[in-house]
Amino acid sequence: MLKIHQLHKSYPIGDSSLHVLKGIDLNIEEGEMVAIMGSSGSGKSTLLNIIGMLDEADSGEYILDGLPIKDLTEKKAAVYRNKFLGFIFQSFNLINYKNALENVALPLYYQGMNRKERQEKAMFHLEKVGLANWAEHLPKELSGGQKQRVAIARALAANPKLLLADEPTGALDTKTSHEIMEFIQQLNDEGKTILMVTHEEDIANMCKRIVRLRDGVIMEDKKINQVRAGQYV
Amino acid sequence: MFRFLFDRDTWQEVFDSFNKNKLRSVLTMVGVWWGILLLIGLLGSARGLENAFNRLFGDFATNSVFVMGSSTGKPFKGFQEGRRVQLTLTDIEKVEANVEGIEFVVPRNMNQGLVVRNFLSGTFNVMGDYPVLDKVQKKKLVHGRFINQSDIDDHKKVAVISESIYKQLFEKDENPIGQYIQINNINYMVVGMYDQGNVNFGPSEDIHIPFTTFQQVYNQGEKIGFLMITGKPEYDIQQIENDAILMLKTLNHVHPEDKRAFRSFNMGKEFAKVTGFLTGMQFLTWFVGLATLVAGVFAIGNILLITVKERTKEIGVRRALGATPFEIKRQIVVEAVFLTLVAGVIGIITGGWILIALDYFFGQGDEAAIVNASVSISVVFVALVILVILGTLIGLIPAFKATSVKPIEALREE
Repeated sequence: MLKIHQLHKSYPIGDSSLHVLKGIDLNIEEGEMVAIMGSSGSGKSTLLNIIGMLDEADSGEYILDGLPIKDLTEKKAAVYRNKFLGFIFQSFNLINYKNALENVALPLYYQGMNRKERQEKAMFHLEKVGLANWAEHLPKELSGGQKQRVAIARALAANPKLLLADEPTGALDTKTSHEIMEFIQQLNDEGKTILMVTHEEDIANMCKRIVRLRDGVIMEDKKINQVRAGQYV
Repeated sequence: MFRFLFDRDTWQEVFDSFNKNKLRSVLTMVGVWWGILLLIGLLGSARGLENAFNRLFGDFATNSVFVMGSSTGKPFKGFQEGRRVQLTLTDIEKVEANVEGIEFVVPRNMNQGLVVRNFLSGTFNVMGDYPVLDKVQKKKLVHGRFINQSDIDDHKKVAVISESIYKQLFEKDENPIGQYIQINNINYMVVGMYDQGNVNFGPSEDIHIPFTTFQQVYNQGEKIGFLMITGKPEYDIQQIENDAILMLKTLNHVHPEDKRAFRSFNMGKEFAKVTGFLTGMQFLTWFVGLATLVAGVFAIGNILLITVKERTKEIGVRRALGATPFEIKRQIVVEAVFLTLVAGVIGIITGGWILIALDYFFGQGDEAAIVNASVSISVVFVALVILVILGTLIGLIPAFKATSVKPIEALREE
């Protein structure tokens, strides 16, 4: 599903440069649910951004579903992001002047889907996250948990191969975090491949595999027994 | 390529972003609105002034020149200086036959006469004229007719009077046609009355009688007072004036360099001054209007630049969701064009209202300073095209700015 080999990335800081990723090797199979952990500065967000094609590696190989991701033009990257990836952000990043339904439909708009089909599909995904009744509401009228669920519906809308979540529970209280995690686990049960960045141990334990980064290298990569979020809810 | 223009979503996006920054968008549009308003208002007024001038000049052939004899300024061929130059009908014929580009040469005579009717009297200028004068200097006849050929042939004692004389010699609502007036103790029948209009060059012309009658009554013989020459439209009236005067100098034994022997007044030249002024004003109007317009469009670009900066994160999110840089740019350019166009159309409409108001307050009646203040459809069309082009160009700046930030950096923005 996802193959990364000897990935390097450094950022220029003034005259010198900061080597953030120092040769990452990572394979993720379909249906996995992986947590990337590490303290801040460990390079976990950079790795996620490179996987999300929002950033480009300096060297190394990145193959997504058999497709080598290399030297992408902005346009190509946009098309791939739209087709293969779904993003979930810590701060939800909903567009505040669009209602829930429109937010969910946005990736479909960029696919060029017609309005009617788009809205039907978006509604389907909103129903899936249990917010069908909130379709007409603006983000500011929704709670944090609801916003994140709208964001998840949006990430799912284009039916991506891989869901990328950057601290999906970072802005939520414990109870809501668990609800969101329960939902993400459900998605994984249905076969979605999920990759998330988190620094919360209990959230990471709800995944099936934990990859620990420190100073740009993988310190530990182990499969774990998943803790079901449902038991807390 | 332009299918997106008919896509409801494109416009949804435009309206959403407009609504988000309502006050600012409106304030921005004021710049463009003001520019178009100025352009339309000024161009319309300029046109109105031009129309008013044209109406004033309309009764005169504008490519005409008056020539009258005066006294010589140089001795020539044995004649001393200071000799009185007297134009004659023979001069007229020669000039008409030999100067290129002449349409009419109209000989005229003028005298002052005591005009009496019943118990009312006054001193007025009496002109001896041919029917062709009506072609050179259109008479707006209120009653009756102008002098005709049979008047000339039969030396008829008929008179065409101006409305101001009518007012002085006749009772109100009295029909002057067929009535008699006495000019220097000779009775003339009034056959026509005309409205003098607004513009008069030279002495006021009050009463016209047939040229031949004038010759007879005042014992003029071949002598004429002055002449009017009109040129064919395709000829330069200045050249005609020079040629005719040189011709007259030769005929009258006047030194070719003598500047005082003939006095002339070139209507064409005067008219050109006015039209030149009007052209200058139109140019100024375009300049001011377009400059304001450009300033307004720049203001829109400026605002969009700020808006784009504020929406950096949103644009980052959109790009993460799969918006291509082209789609982002296109959206911003559409917004820019939309704002300029809407402001422009409102400006055109309000500019139209201003012209209507101008017409209402200054455009009524015969003496109006502004006549039919208006702009042509083509001007409006040109203004709109300019708006679309400027809007597109100016929209490109924020558009490129928006996509110059990498999505990853855009997302990090708070």
